[in-house]
Amino acid sequence: MPGAFEGETVSRRRFMTLTAHGAGGVAAAAFTLPALGFALAPIFKHQAWSWQAVGPVSDFPDHQDFVTRILNVQKDAGESGTTLVYMRKRLSGVDTEHEDQYNQIIAISSRCMHVGCPVRWTSAAERFICPCHGGVYNIRGIVTGGPPVRPLDRFYTRINSTSGLVEVGPRYSVNSELQRFSPRLPGEPLDGIGQFLYPSQFAGPKKP
Amino acid sequence: MPKLPAPPLPKVLQPKPRRPGDGNGKLTPAETAQEAGLSVVDWLDERTSMSGVLRWTLFRHVPRGTNWYYTLGTATLFAFLNQAVTGVFLAMYYRPDAAGGAYESVRNINDNVWAGQLVHGMHKWGASVMIILIFLHMGRVFFFGAYKYPRELTWVIGVVILILVLMMGLTGYLLPLDNRAYWATVVATNIQAGGPFIGPYLANFLIGGTDFGATTLSRFYAIHMLLIPGAIIALIGFHLYLVAKLGTRRT
Repeated sequence: MPGAFEGETVSRRRFMTLTAHGAGGVAAAAFTLPALGFALAPIFKHQAWSWQAVGPVSDFPDHQDFVTRILNVQKDAGESGTTLVYMRKRLSGVDTEHEDQYNQIIAISSRCMHVGCPVRWTSAAERFICPCHGGVYNIRGIVTGGPPVRPLDRFYTRINSTSGLVEVGPRYSVNSELQRFSPRLPGEPLDGIGQFLYPSQFAGPKKP
Repeated sequence: MPKLPAPPLPKVLQPKPRRPGDGNGKLTPAETAQEAGLSVVDWLDERTSMSGVLRWTLFRHVPRGTNWYYTLGTATLFAFLNQAVTGVFLAMYYRPDAAGGAYESVRNINDNVWAGQLVHGMHKWGASVMIILIFLHMGRVFFFGAYKYPRELTWVIGVVILILVLMMGLTGYLLPLDNRAYWATVVATNIQAGGPFIGPYLANFLIGGTDFGATTLSRFYAIHMLLIPGAIIALIGFHLYLVAKLGTRRT
């Protein structure tokens, strides 16, 4: 016998209980959901980037060596918002990946693809060597030893035709064939099923 | 040799029992203080009934054979209280500014603030002490079989507290923002990103984007001093309630 009157489907007591609980739930959601969205927003916001001029073309070696440049990748974070890139000209016979306007100058990230320590170019060995866990990469950034799961990340580069300066754009990741993928974090392989296990970040920068 | 009863004191030396009405009906200052204390306690107890709770919590029976190993939980609690107290006061001088202010403020604490190095050291080393104690406590519970029925929930909550404490260690490690802190956090968040499917997004959430940026430090700071401590305090409360209710082991 649900109600006081004939034909009622819910008693007053039950109706009041549901109303009170419902109102409480709405009130709690009213502050929880905005706060949660506020905290989660960086997952979905595209990272801002701009072309950063790093010097004339003649600055960059056309033999098997690198010069370094420091890029600002995050605003208002001081030194902790910068990253180091190793740069050289594209070398015929060495860089066999598909050539286009964005890789006339090669910009290789110093971020190790094991867990993100900074690698160092050791010219005597002609290798990038990571001090943390012994990751080793060759001059193209391809893994030749140690734990890293994919080649070193790269940055889009272009040669500004009006100023003649080399400019560096957003980061991209590569698989072992040096095919471009949207930037992934270290430790995420991109060969085989890796690219599906580690989907693209929503917050990655938009392609140039 | 049989123990002899103490000889009775002469009557003049025996303390006289106090009688009502001594001092012409007026209370001595000591008695007034005693009465005031009692009436404050009575006033509180009449309105809160806290005395029953306190008696139930503090004056419970402890099983025979309880020994020093059973103090490890309390030791962990005191390590946590040390972290809470020193952490609150460190927060008065700390500035979560990723552009260099954080490092400078920690240097100021160490170099200029009176006893700053001591309080900072208590917080830093206390963190290690707490983690060591929590594992010793966990080992005691495990090897004594104290996690068995009906104390499974106490164990489960303890494990959650352990995880939260480790997260406190992780988030607190970044705050000095020196090179070790920065690279340790880079490595830690990248390890997190190594989890398939959701790992990258969890890492994005934790570092507030794709790269270490201006809000990464404030995120870690908020998690370290607001989010996790609140959860730990609530869970410690529940943990202790269960200890008071169920005891530490079978009697």
